[in-house]
Amino acid sequence: MQLSERDRSLLAGEPGEAQKLAMELLIAVGETDGAHHLIDIEAAHVDGCSYHGQAGVDFAHMLVEGHGRVQVPTTLNVSSLDLLHPDLYKGDSAVAESARALMNLYVTLGCRPTWTCAPYQLQDRPSFGEQIAWGESNAIVFANSVLGARTNRYGDFMDICCALTGRAPYAGLHTDAGRLATIRLDVVVPDSILDDDIAYPLLGHVLGQLAGNRVPVITGLDERASEDRLKALGAAAASSGAVAMFHVVGVTPEAATLSEALGNAPPQQVVSISPDTLRDARRELTTATGALGAVSVGTPHMSLDELVSLAALVDGHKTAVPFYVNTSRHVLSEAETAGVMTPIEAFGVIVVTDTCTYMTPIMGDIEGDVMTNSGKWAYYAPANLGVGVVIGSLADCVESAVTGSAVTTGEWS
Amino acid sequence: MKVDRVLVDGVATGEVLALDAPLSIWGGVDAASGRIVEATHPQFGEALAGKIVVLPHGRGSSSSSSVLAEMLRIGTGPAGIVLEEPDSILVIGVLVAGRLYGARCPIVLTSSTPKDWGVWRITGDQLESAH
Repeated sequence: MQLSERDRSLLAGEPGEAQKLAMELLIAVGETDGAHHLIDIEAAHVDGCSYHGQAGVDFAHMLVEGHGRVQVPTTLNVSSLDLLHPDLYKGDSAVAESARALMNLYVTLGCRPTWTCAPYQLQDRPSFGEQIAWGESNAIVFANSVLGARTNRYGDFMDICCALTGRAPYAGLHTDAGRLATIRLDVVVPDSILDDDIAYPLLGHVLGQLAGNRVPVITGLDERASEDRLKALGAAAASSGAVAMFHVVGVTPEAATLSEALGNAPPQQVVSISPDTLRDARRELTTATGALGAVSVGTPHMSLDELVSLAALVDGHKTAVPFYVNTSRHVLSEAETAGVMTPIEAFGVIVVTDTCTYMTPIMGDIEGDVMTNSGKWAYYAPANLGVGVVIGSLADCVESAVTGSAVTTGEWS
Repeated sequence: MKVDRVLVDGVATGEVLALDAPLSIWGGVDAASGRIVEATHPQFGEALAGKIVVLPHGRGSSSSSSVLAEMLRIGTGPAGIVLEEPDSILVIGVLVAGRLYGARCPIVLTSSTPKDWGVWRITGDQLESAH
């Protein structure tokens, strides 16, 4: 690994022990990724702030003790607590204390308390071509695919090491060559499916299974694949697989043509996606058939546009079951200012910020199954929460909540 | 046999647990018991503790580093990991557990992973049956 003069001074511990440790770990991981040098990054998003046991707290504590301070603007991922609505937490109080301590340690390191898994919905999101170091699987795939920013799939600890040094190993998706697609998915489905929100997380679920850790290119989609739909697609693909970037020909910024996305090389594999492929994905993600106990939407955190859609769907109705809406404190504040939350609150939702219903005890004992519009939530919730899941579009989630039983419409009924 | 690359150096011996599908340690493994809890995983219910875990590659959550470090802290983590493709999310988890607790869990990379050797030993860049 070739190091710059500044890299060597960090490694020698000149600014402090935290940056020395961060640089040592960066080099060790960089070498396993095949990097020969480090590059400057312009921003970081840190996932290490969500609590998964004492190890995370011990590491953050070591960095604070070593006088660590982030060197680039750094946002924070969801944590395990909703600081705006603390009464929602139904878990162990000792765990909550540790989770809170962990959050405080990351803020002490200079990270912004944004507490969202969708940092691309904040102002000042990364621009095309920007080198960044992001954690959080759905944020990573969105940054690379939709924004055209460049990050590898950074895990907890590595994200803060990049932030503390302002550096990242130059390998993988940071490079031009690492961003080229090697597998093609050709989507051949009718317009009625492309118009349906739920097609996108279902496609993402299939994409993750097929692509694994490769970069895929998708053909057969068009401008109907909006940012929010690509968000849902990427989040599902980064759950069922290790997908950190995908291209959609004619839609995403590095895929004006199929040959651009592939770098003029033939794909290793071409897979055709039919309506039946998506129906199978829906069956895989639907683990329940019983009575509806609750609805959870907003994984990843809902955008302002999605809240506007929700407001239109729920206007004048009342939910018959607990209906959870996960979003960021930033988007919630925008929605409140715009008056979007008034009909949503009248509908009877429970708003969750700073965390997510699938990773912390908020929903409590649900009597029955949970409906969601998220492929990611459907993927993880059965093991995390021990619930059965029905996946359906946002409109189906609302209709189900009003009637009190899970309904799916369109191609999926 | 000599492995293709050593990602985390070390020595480990344990019974092989060969996974037939990629795994997200966060969301897929219960840290306290070390067992796979993802119901659709082919090795659902198996414990990682003390095993030489063979897997194609990691998957899913970037929080898997934290969960792996926590498992190594409390003793439910694998003895060693054999990957077919590099995964830096697992590497950083092991390195941090080493720094914090002196925990060891070598990770090696090889494209040919025999699945039925019983007990295996990783020694630096060597991977062999320990029978």
